[in-house]
Amino acid sequence: MAHAHKLEIFRGLWKFKSNTQKIWGVLVFLTLVTAVEVALGIIKPHALTTSHVLGMKALNWIFIILTLVKAYYIAWDFMHLRDEKSSLRRAVVWTFLFLVAYLSFILLVEGNYIYNVFKDGFVTWNF
Amino acid sequence: MDSTVTTGVEESVWGGGDNRPLGASYGKMMMWFFILSDALTFSGFLAAYGFSRFKFIETWPIADEVFTHVPFFHGNYPMYYVAFMTFVLIMSSVTMVLAVDAGHRMKKNSVIWYMFLTIIGGAIFVGSQAWEWATFIQGDYGAVETKGGRILQFVNADTGERAALADFAATLPEERTIHENKNGIWFYSEGSLPTYSVNEVLEGFKAHSNIVVRTETINEEGEKVVLSRQESLAKLKNATQVVEGANLIHNEYGSRLFADFFFFITGFHGFHVFSGVVFNLIIFFNVALGTYEKRGHYEMVEKVGLYWHFVDLVWVFVFTFFYLV
Repeated sequence: MAHAHKLEIFRGLWKFKSNTQKIWGVLVFLTLVTAVEVALGIIKPHALTTSHVLGMKALNWIFIILTLVKAYYIAWDFMHLRDEKSSLRRAVVWTFLFLVAYLSFILLVEGNYIYNVFKDGFVTWNF
Repeated sequence: MDSTVTTGVEESVWGGGDNRPLGASYGKMMMWFFILSDALTFSGFLAAYGFSRFKFIETWPIADEVFTHVPFFHGNYPMYYVAFMTFVLIMSSVTMVLAVDAGHRMKKNSVIWYMFLTIIGGAIFVGSQAWEWATFIQGDYGAVETKGGRILQFVNADTGERAALADFAATLPEERTIHENKNGIWFYSEGSLPTYSVNEVLEGFKAHSNIVVRTETINEEGEKVVLSRQESLAKLKNATQVVEGANLIHNEYGSRLFADFFFFITGFHGFHVFSGVVFNLIIFFNVALGTYEKRGHYEMVEKVGLYWHFVDLVWVFVFTFFYLV
């Protein structure tokens, strides 16, 4: 069991004295990110819902990026991936990232294609 | 003969022996690989959701308008309750990681307390999820489904707010009893009938000139298109049935796929939370009985901890892709 914990987050910007302190620090950060997400979801700033980046609303990009940030801190600090060997970390994280990036790319492009078939083609609705 | 025999006496063979590839014990590494495969399953669900949503991007329900309820409060509170649920799950993740930390320092009583709090958090979350399901299934305003399977909702033209069927549907002297196979066709069954018939909704609609139809289509501003009175009447000619609430086949909130994915994704996740609570309970009793004190380490707490954090991790994504985006 690795008892040694790496006690800094944000690349050493925020250092902690003990592991317990780090846990609370990460909680504060995660709560903050969730609060920002919910606030944005309720307010829905006009500037962010009307502007598009790479075919998706800017607001949705913000949500997805904040989610990935949250996932990073849950996995790295709560699940202690930060303290594991980099080989284990890569075996788990890289496998996941490559497969999911591939799957979502294929399915989203395909979904968009079918949308266009319904819109421009002769099929209106099947299921 | 010596050369063919594995050297060293293997202790604790059940736990994978003393080999520690990648610096992790057998149990911990297998938990990681299980989490990896489970994460891919959830990704499959979410990617399928994305597929269906992109396919029906112009008619997909707006989650803010579907999940607007908070227990014990009336009114329109989009997202607040889901945000609360997210916070509960993150909080129980924190108590879990504190339990793991206390385990490393061999503090039995702290582990017991933190495990207990984690279980409570998990139970609150599962309960909230059940409530969320019940509210979703029961429905809100009611709607009408057309021959083509589209959903028509109703809006009060004066205020711009949603109108419930109960607000305007007429009461007609017509009687339609539920078909039961004991006094009808024995191989044919029917679920519960909606409160109003299509005719009652139509007559009520004609009598109230301030009610108009809201379609599933989303306009440029990201809002559902509301029809004029004339267009509404034309659309309502195609109405075939009244829909109240949602199930796997009919969904008053819009696309039926939305309801299907809601049930599958949050149901699969809720099942994970439930099993996580069961695992935590087992480990909680083991800790309380002193099993890990005797064993000399609290690694089992760490392993169920990994699973519990994973459940939290998945929720973070479900929250984003189902409720926010």
